[in-house]
Amino acid sequence: MTILLILAPLSMLLAGLGLVAFFWTFKAGQYDDPMGDAERILLDHLDAGPDDPV
Amino acid sequence: MTAATADLSAFLRKAPDGRPSLDLLVKGARCAGCISKIERNVAGLPGVEAARLNLTSGRLNVLWGLGTAAPGAVVEKLESLGYEAAPFSPDTAQAAQDADGRRLAIALGVAGFGTGNAMMFTVPVWAGLFGQELGDGTRTLMYWLSAAVAAPCTLFAGQVFFRSAVASLRRGRANMDVPISIGVLLTLGVSFYETARGGPHAYFDAAISLVFLLLIGRYLDHRLRAKAQTAARDLAMMQAPIAMRLGADGAEAATPLVEIRPGDRIAVAPGQRIPVDARVEEGVSDVDMALVTGETLPQSVAAGAFLPAGALNLDARLVMRAEAAAEDSTVAEIGRLIEAGAQSKSRYVRLADKAAALYIPLVHSAAAMTFIGWMVMGLGVREALLRAAAVLIVTCPCALGLAVPAVQITACGRLFRRGVLVKSGAALERLAEVDHVVFDKTGVLTEGAVRMIDGDLAQAARAAPLARASRHPLSRSLAQAVGLGPAVAAREVAGQGVEGEIDGRKARLGRAAFVGIEGAAAETELWFAVEGEAPVRFRFEDTLRPDARATIAALEAMGIEVEILSGDTTGAVARAAEGAGVAHWRAGLTPQGKVAALKALADRGRCTLMVGDGLNDAAALSAAHVSFAPGSASDISLNAADLVFLGEQLAVIPEAIALARKARRRVQENFAFSALYNLVAAPAAMFGLVTPLVAAIAMSGSSLAVTLNALRLARGKGRPA
Repeated sequence: MTILLILAPLSMLLAGLGLVAFFWTFKAGQYDDPMGDAERILLDHLDAGPDDPV
Repeated sequence: MTAATADLSAFLRKAPDGRPSLDLLVKGARCAGCISKIERNVAGLPGVEAARLNLTSGRLNVLWGLGTAAPGAVVEKLESLGYEAAPFSPDTAQAAQDADGRRLAIALGVAGFGTGNAMMFTVPVWAGLFGQELGDGTRTLMYWLSAAVAAPCTLFAGQVFFRSAVASLRRGRANMDVPISIGVLLTLGVSFYETARGGPHAYFDAAISLVFLLLIGRYLDHRLRAKAQTAARDLAMMQAPIAMRLGADGAEAATPLVEIRPGDRIAVAPGQRIPVDARVEEGVSDVDMALVTGETLPQSVAAGAFLPAGALNLDARLVMRAEAAAEDSTVAEIGRLIEAGAQSKSRYVRLADKAAALYIPLVHSAAAMTFIGWMVMGLGVREALLRAAAVLIVTCPCALGLAVPAVQITACGRLFRRGVLVKSGAALERLAEVDHVVFDKTGVLTEGAVRMIDGDLAQAARAAPLARASRHPLSRSLAQAVGLGPAVAAREVAGQGVEGEIDGRKARLGRAAFVGIEGAAAETELWFAVEGEAPVRFRFEDTLRPDARATIAALEAMGIEVEILSGDTTGAVARAAEGAGVAHWRAGLTPQGKVAALKALADRGRCTLMVGDGLNDAAALSAAHVSFAPGSASDISLNAADLVFLGEQLAVIPEAIALARKARRRVQENFAFSALYNLVAAPAAMFGLVTPLVAAIAMSGSSLAVTLNALRLARGKGRPA
């Protein structure tokens, strides 16, 4: 059962990373224009990222 | 919008570094090609540093370098590319950012994370129930770990409910969020206490999944309202609330409507609406009052004529002096009527709130009875409190919280695909109750555009070259009746007609007086005269929408009474009523008259659906039990209406009513299911039979059942429009 002492914190850490990643996607504006992002991958010229200009 | 050449500097915003930027709503962009075309062309304009189009919201952000910005050039460029565009005023641009939606989405994300990871630690506990291999110490450890995830997440994500509960208690009322908040906090408290003393019953996972499931319902509800409201606002923006104010030097400057003051000189180009109540100073033109009074026949105006806001200038540029600010214009009187209507509507009690009003006292007294009962039976405070908390958890309205939003988002999604925007869930509920439909005539039952009904086609073909040279709706419609062909050089006499040469002879097309006929007729007509011949007459009529008759028949087949209330003349309304197969109609009604007619219907206990588009309908739309407006309606009507249909088809109205009725049935089924579930779960919890495992299964099971029932609505013949 001592394996729990390693696995439990490890799983919490991984889950926490997931949560941080979620906050990051939100802040980075990845949900601002889902339709546009889906279409933009078809464009050849890779222009401005989602956060500029605001 | 014809603001392309105008000065739009009033709409510019300053970025933090001082560079000017402008937000525009662009209509019609659909794909990667549009993004590329728009961004590359706009960014190529002189001075523009960056342009980015948000395809989801249709919003184009343009950023200029330091110095002068030329917003007019951007609109002009977009129009030349074939996209309609309207500027966001700085304050609507702010309002368009959906702060509530972001907060809900983040809370939902956190709650989802908490649910999954708290379960990760409680599943071993449940497994241990059967395998008997889990010692007390390990179980307690699992509970602590579960608490470490669930408690902060619950407290963070649950704020949505806590805030609303506190706000409602301050007003001396208890809404659905009060039992939710008490249930969640009590569950957390009891679970901590139980874990601290090494007991077997902790409900951390139940607390967080309760919050998660309820947040799903809230989020769906919010999305529904936000989507429809944005769409309605965008429609209204396309009839941009700007006016062309004339400076002392005679230069035109686009000015937000709210900044127009009485005494300002304004210019109204042909094709534009009169922005505020104003008196004509220069120019002679015809104006279309269809949206203001419902009259189909254009009226001619000259210097000195007073025009209410909302009238459409047809022929020639008018210079006018504003007589009222926007908020004091005729529109504002209608606005007050709308407010009164909205207030009476806010008294409508939504189904979910009706259910909550029954539910909250029941649940609270059941929980209190459980606690007191077990105390009396000598079970001790701890065990009694645990069972009371179990009652609150299993009866906490997960299914109830999802019952209504899940159904409404599904129904509205289906309507949205058919081109119908539903502004709120309450509108859908009211639509299901409709047993009487009132139509406006102009622009609703009819297309709002005239068609030739009587006249010699050979003569029409002769007159067509003249007609093609004119912008007047009657001339256009005559030209349309004949088909394509050449135009002649013609002189337009504003408010009278056009004059030119046909077969080498002088010819005139226009009003009766223009060709020398005395005594103006009330009919919508056009006279054509060639030098040396007797004038001939063409008569026109507003055409019925092609599916008007079928729609009325469909509504009547549903057991709904149909009536026409119009501001137009008796003859025109009678013809339209006959054409559409409507027996009851009234003509010549003022906006107040329409409201009074609707009030009378309401007093008779009828639930009325009003379908209208004009300024004169706006108050009636707001006073009706529920209201529908076509996408072409005046912006004030779009705001007042509960539902907006975007296409040309009236047939979506009976469809929407049928779907609303179906949705109401699903909601009722969901309520019945929730009641049944509580009938079993509540007594079980009161007798202490609900363990954490049972609570988790019961809660998610009931939510799933309710959601699946709602999704049944998505099936059927709801094809994309």
